[in-house]
Amino acid sequence: MTLIKLRGVVKEYPGGVRALNDVDIDVERGELLTIVGPSGSGKTTLLQIMGTLDRASAGEVWIDGFDAAAASDDELSALRARRIGFVFQQFYLLDGLSTVDNVAGGLLYSGLPSAQRRERAREALDRVGLGHRLTHQPNQLSGGEKQRTAIARALVGRPSIVFADEPTGALDTRTGDSIVELLSELNRAGTTIVVITHDAELAASFPRQVAVRDGQIVRDANSVAA
Amino acid sequence: MSAAAAPPAPSQLLSRDVLAVGSIGLRTRKLRAALSAIGVAIGIASMVAVLGLSASSQAALLEQIDALGTNLLTVQAGQSFLGGGDSSLPVSGRDRTAAMTGVQGAASLYTVEGATVRRSSYVSESQTSGITVYGADRSLPGTLSATMASGSFLTEATERYPTVVLGSVAATRLGLSDVSGAPQVWIGDRYYTVVGILAPVTLDSGIDRAALIGPPEATAHWEADGTPAKIYLRTDEDRVGDVRSLVGATANPENPEEVEVSRPSDALEAKAAAEGAFTSLLLGLGAVALLVGGVGIANVMVISVIERRSEIGLRRALGATRRHITSQFLTESLLLSAMGGAAGALLGAAVTVVYSMSQDQQTVVPAEAVVGGIAAALVIGAIAGLYPSMRAARLSPTEALRTV
Repeated sequence: MTLIKLRGVVKEYPGGVRALNDVDIDVERGELLTIVGPSGSGKTTLLQIMGTLDRASAGEVWIDGFDAAAASDDELSALRARRIGFVFQQFYLLDGLSTVDNVAGGLLYSGLPSAQRRERAREALDRVGLGHRLTHQPNQLSGGEKQRTAIARALVGRPSIVFADEPTGALDTRTGDSIVELLSELNRAGTTIVVITHDAELAASFPRQVAVRDGQIVRDANSVAA
Repeated sequence: MSAAAAPPAPSQLLSRDVLAVGSIGLRTRKLRAALSAIGVAIGIASMVAVLGLSASSQAALLEQIDALGTNLLTVQAGQSFLGGGDSSLPVSGRDRTAAMTGVQGAASLYTVEGATVRRSSYVSESQTSGITVYGADRSLPGTLSATMASGSFLTEATERYPTVVLGSVAATRLGLSDVSGAPQVWIGDRYYTVVGILAPVTLDSGIDRAALIGPPEATAHWEADGTPAKIYLRTDEDRVGDVRSLVGATANPENPEEVEVSRPSDALEAKAAAEGAFTSLLLGLGAVALLVGGVGIANVMVISVIERRSEIGLRRALGATRRHITSQFLTESLLLSAMGGAAGALLGAAVTVVYSMSQDQQTVVPAEAVVGGIAAALVIGAIAGLYPSMRAARLSPTEALRTV
């Protein structure tokens, strides 16, 4: 079943810069795919439009059967609160909050009471292998642990899809590999995951690779499933 | 996928979470929060203290005015019409004014010529200590609401003998604090026994520097002719004006223009009014301090929004709406100002209590000053936080998440 469907999507920035030019893409439920391309290729813009952080200048954007192009700002916020999770290169953990509270923050705008949010946060931290780090502050965690915390935060709302923007970009190779392994594991357990990267070698380890260059999809290939 | 699916349930931030989210910035930046709250605290403290101090001293003054009454008139000789030195009241003036309609009671001080007061006969005659000797009616304490600090006033018996009652300042200058042991002072050419010392007289502080002897003694020993130096009249409350306009002609029918009539409570009321005007000025200064505090909060909030751009982006990515972002930063600003306001109100009240206790006044901390002060702080906080929080909400998620 198609989770995300983009048709003829164009993104133009003020000043006439065209970041995306007539992009079509489908993401099926349960997929693990990577969007790969050099910096400036438009891959981040593509992620932002698929993740409803930004709007297309033209074209159709369907997310989980919902017309995102016609939605209000509040409706897009609701979509992000309930259906979409994000993982960023810089982690974006909040200082002054414990690991479990940072993860529980992923449910803050869902309207769940705080006791339930924490309970679910503990479960999510268990899933990413950080069940023993619940009360640590972000600055007491290693880079890999920080990214695992951020992944737990993306998962805690049980979203339909998780977008990871350069999730290994701030980590050393070995730690990066373990994060990719974690993402694959979560995908096998049923979560749809889209990973953005500029690293072709990393991209090769994913079952489906979508290559972007100059705002257009130049290759959409399914390699042998892992 | 031609028909759109129903939109997901809206994002929702529980109201008890608004407070927690709004205080994150303060909890992680405690020093900055404290410093910016202090600005507002100073403003509110000064306003509450000014209102509290003035209310306390107003209350003290009004209490005094109430206790002493506003129906006392003082009559004395003024400047001569021809400018030829001081005039005097006629001897019969006292009895005529005392008989006026609307006068409840009267008392008079009589001039005693040439008398000086000294601690003993060994003190030089030139050292008068600035004390004036008067003859005084027995009705004086009653008419002036004066009380005794020690001993008693002149009585029908003592006023015929060499006895004296001292005003409070006069007693201090002569080194006397009470009448135990029957102290004596040297007046003119003989010793007078001090039978009483007056407490300070609010309605005529001139009496504090006087030594009062009985009129019969003044006439017998000092050849005083009974010329009144001052006449005090207690009138009916509603006839103060009538008596005041007629008393000049009654006291001195030949030269009514040479009679000076005053109402001592006017001076106290003028003092109360003058303090009120001063209060407005200080209140204005407090408001300026509050405004500066508000600008401080606005400044801190603007910086906070800039610094926490990526947090705003993260929250939008987690599903926060623009309204949630506005409420977060507005809550933060309101918390800052409320903390400042509460601390300021406490501080202002404490200043009032300490000051009025040191002045032996009753403490009045007006509830409207405290409530109004905190309300003013909240209004300032809301205004100061409005622009920064709207700016935070206007930031698009992609803009907020962009790494510089």
